[in-house]
Amino acid sequence: MPTTLKKKPTETRENVVILFAGDSGDGIQLTGSQFTDTNALFGNDVSTFPNFPAEIRAPQGTLAGVSGYQLHFGSVEIFTPGDQADVLVVMNAAALKANLGKLKQGGTIIANTDGFDKKNLRLAGYIDEADPLVDGSLEGFLLHSVDVTKLTRTALEGTTLGMKEKDRCKNMFVLGFINWMYSRENALTEGFLQRKFSKKPEVLDANLKALVAGYNYGETSETFTTRFEVKAAPMPKGTYRSITGNQGTALGLIAGAQKAKLDLFYGSYPITPASDILHELSRHKNFGVVTFQAEDEIAAISSAIGASYGGAIGITASSGPGIALKTEAMGLAFMLEIPLVIVNVQRGGPSTGLPTRTEQADLWQAVHGRNGEAPIPVIAASTPIDCFDMAFEAVQIALEHMTPVILLTDGYIANGSEPWRFPASKDLPEIKPPYIKEPNDDGKFLPYLRDERGVRPWALPGQPGFQHRIGGIEKQDKTGNISYEPLNHEKMVRLRAEKVARIADRYKPIRLDSGPEQGELLILGWGSTYGAIRTAALQLQQEGQSVAHVHIRHMFPFNKGLGPLLKKYKQVLVPEMNSGQLRQMVRAEFLVDAQGLNKIQGMPFTSEEIRAGALNLLKP
Amino acid sequence: MSTTNGTIVPPAKVDFSSDQEIRWCPGCGDYSILKQVQTLLEQSGKKKEDVVFISGIGCSSRFPYYLDTYGLHGIHGRAPAIVSGLRSVRPELSVWMITGDGDALSIGGNHFIHLLRRNVDVNVLLFNNEIYGLTKGQYSPTSPEGSVTRSTPMGSTDHPFNPLALVKGADGTFIARSMDRDPKHMREVLARADAHRGTSLVEIYQNCNVFNDGAFEVFTEKASKPLHTIFVEHGKPLTFANGTRGIKLNGMTPVIVDTYAGGTSLDDLWIHDERDPYKASILVRLFDDPRLEGAMPRPFGVFYVNDRPTHEAKLTAQVALAKEKKGAGDLDALLKGEHTWTIG
Repeated sequence: MPTTLKKKPTETRENVVILFAGDSGDGIQLTGSQFTDTNALFGNDVSTFPNFPAEIRAPQGTLAGVSGYQLHFGSVEIFTPGDQADVLVVMNAAALKANLGKLKQGGTIIANTDGFDKKNLRLAGYIDEADPLVDGSLEGFLLHSVDVTKLTRTALEGTTLGMKEKDRCKNMFVLGFINWMYSRENALTEGFLQRKFSKKPEVLDANLKALVAGYNYGETSETFTTRFEVKAAPMPKGTYRSITGNQGTALGLIAGAQKAKLDLFYGSYPITPASDILHELSRHKNFGVVTFQAEDEIAAISSAIGASYGGAIGITASSGPGIALKTEAMGLAFMLEIPLVIVNVQRGGPSTGLPTRTEQADLWQAVHGRNGEAPIPVIAASTPIDCFDMAFEAVQIALEHMTPVILLTDGYIANGSEPWRFPASKDLPEIKPPYIKEPNDDGKFLPYLRDERGVRPWALPGQPGFQHRIGGIEKQDKTGNISYEPLNHEKMVRLRAEKVARIADRYKPIRLDSGPEQGELLILGWGSTYGAIRTAALQLQQEGQSVAHVHIRHMFPFNKGLGPLLKKYKQVLVPEMNSGQLRQMVRAEFLVDAQGLNKIQGMPFTSEEIRAGALNLLKP
Repeated sequence: MSTTNGTIVPPAKVDFSSDQEIRWCPGCGDYSILKQVQTLLEQSGKKKEDVVFISGIGCSSRFPYYLDTYGLHGIHGRAPAIVSGLRSVRPELSVWMITGDGDALSIGGNHFIHLLRRNVDVNVLLFNNEIYGLTKGQYSPTSPEGSVTRSTPMGSTDHPFNPLALVKGADGTFIARSMDRDPKHMREVLARADAHRGTSLVEIYQNCNVFNDGAFEVFTEKASKPLHTIFVEHGKPLTFANGTRGIKLNGMTPVIVDTYAGGTSLDDLWIHDERDPYKASILVRLFDDPRLEGAMPRPFGVFYVNDRPTHEAKLTAQVALAKEKKGAGDLDALLKGEHTWTIG
């Protein structure tokens, strides 16, 4: 479709943060993700942060109903969705009010004037319905008021759609305009619309028209004299796709099952923000994936235990409150010593907490939250891509060490996306569970006779001659028969703990993410704070500070190199989106005087917050 | 088991009992059930390795340890969920679930009804002794109202479940009742349950001689059994009291009638049809307190059978269809996704 008329001057930018905001029904997430895909396809590095209300359709026009999508794209490496926005696109008054604080001084506002009528101003809480677009309060910003609603309706004159359906194309007008503003083509979105509305030609036609109208508006409107360009980033050569953390987790789980030549059973109960893993997995049944939407969280994990017992890889996922319900069954899986993966896509807690916000406050729950002594390996993903690697590793550890494994991600990386230079399947390692083929004790079978790693053999129902009984009651060493014998119990508690501790033998040596091998300050991070810490650490190093960054993925058991590494720096700072859970763990384990930088607002750290926290410790 | 150069030689006579010492109280009704299950398995021609027993928590749930099959002793109330996962990935196995009135109907009530509505193919033996045994004598969700137990010294204030009415309400596809003191009947019912594809629910009245001795005496003892029980058989009229009495349906209402000289003809009695969902709903409602005047006899036998497809058959069919339509999973294609771009 021809979209160019005449040329306006173009300015080059290294990186841009744009924040789209509007009512939760305005199509903001779609607008944001389409612009992300367009930039990624062009060759930018990107990082995104979708941020939406817990209510599906919160009251229109209110602050509670504002949905946002922040995108950071650049011609340089990008690690976070950006601390502050360069451009804020708002569809109504509430969206402006809720997000103005995230805009840089002097930043650009593109506002849909139709969303600033008296009703919208009142709902957004502007006193006396004062319109910020005209009352001069936005003086410090570059304001562009555009009547998106009217322009969209005009563009769609002559179509048979009703007014309501026409207005639903507003987001495409905005997207078309932003495409123009950043010198991008509409082509990717046109292709997307053609697939999405292939059976609704009128809706397709209207959306395409709105998209083109928005683009052309940029060309013709006299308000906009300049467009921008963000050149392609020097990304490593290869083929890329875009991936969210939840997709990454789902694909990592499937890849793990495939590399173990096993069917995958996924038992789950819908919960924000983990449900997208269920949605993704349910699309891939041809990989021998069975998805089971259980009656509750307990059934979700218990069914996964049943599937693992039958010889599939059983997997369950949830978020904090659901994980709490699974606790007893985790103890059973630990006691049975069967493979199982439990994914916790963390959200703000406690209790129902902040379902659509992010937090890292379930670390202690994962490491300690069971009755009796039931150590379960805990690993954590740091980026959307890392979700794939960690999910694969979770399956690998579970199957090769006959143990439940907890994988921690969080809402921030689960919904965020980045470009992924995906691996070839041949580069992923084979996974080899400890199947038993021959009796292991002089012609007899002992189900809990361990190998040199402390791992018991796996005999599956249907395997002749290996009939055996397992359960949650304390068992006799080697035979697995019920035993209440005092010394046996102590021995078994120690054997099970030792088996889990030995998982650390398989880790690669610990590696700094950046910075000197020893020095003033080590920033120790885990999970989704990676991008913010990396950005801050690189900046501090550029500024001449003696700062290093290590980001750990193995939360329990720790990498054996972690203790010695911590001792090579005068100070250790642990930024966390909780009150200091990892900090306390490393203090207890390594007796280091680690300091915390803690943010518990349901929102990720900005790199500036990390930098300030580090500088505060570095003060002479 | 013995192996000769890697070839498995099956033992001459299949014995399904394990080497574990049985730890139920002497005189417990569980022994009788274990014996009948062992006998049935031995006669069924099943291979030991193809049989799996899954249980929850409670006296009954120790059952798997006493059989030389595969077994998993789970956690309280969750056996139905464990079974659902196992059957989803291993539909060829013979799976049995052992549970009690507390395990199935109290702590595991949610899983229990969902197992039934999904129709997972499993033989569920619900040992009902109307008491909590393993925790030493508290009332259970099937204890009659007013039951004096260790936790209810003034009598229970809870109205009990009618377990089979609950099963019917959850659209169970095989509903039956038997008792520990009638081994022959139990064996016949268990064989029917085993033959059924879907969730076969057998409620077994089981005497806890320590905490609730004689709870079912009126149904099991020679003197009172004829008057208080009715054994239903498909296609046969509902008679009891040695054939002298019967049950007739007045519309939807069952009434007791005399069948001897001058009484109601057998042809006019309620003829048991185990495929009739409406009659089954009435049958499970025959749940009168036997101590009351004019109480209906308590029915035993197979009440209802329905051949609705099993959950795992539908799951497996979806996986097969997905493979047929899209081809077996290609991991590289999956990792690649639908949209890619190349740099360099």
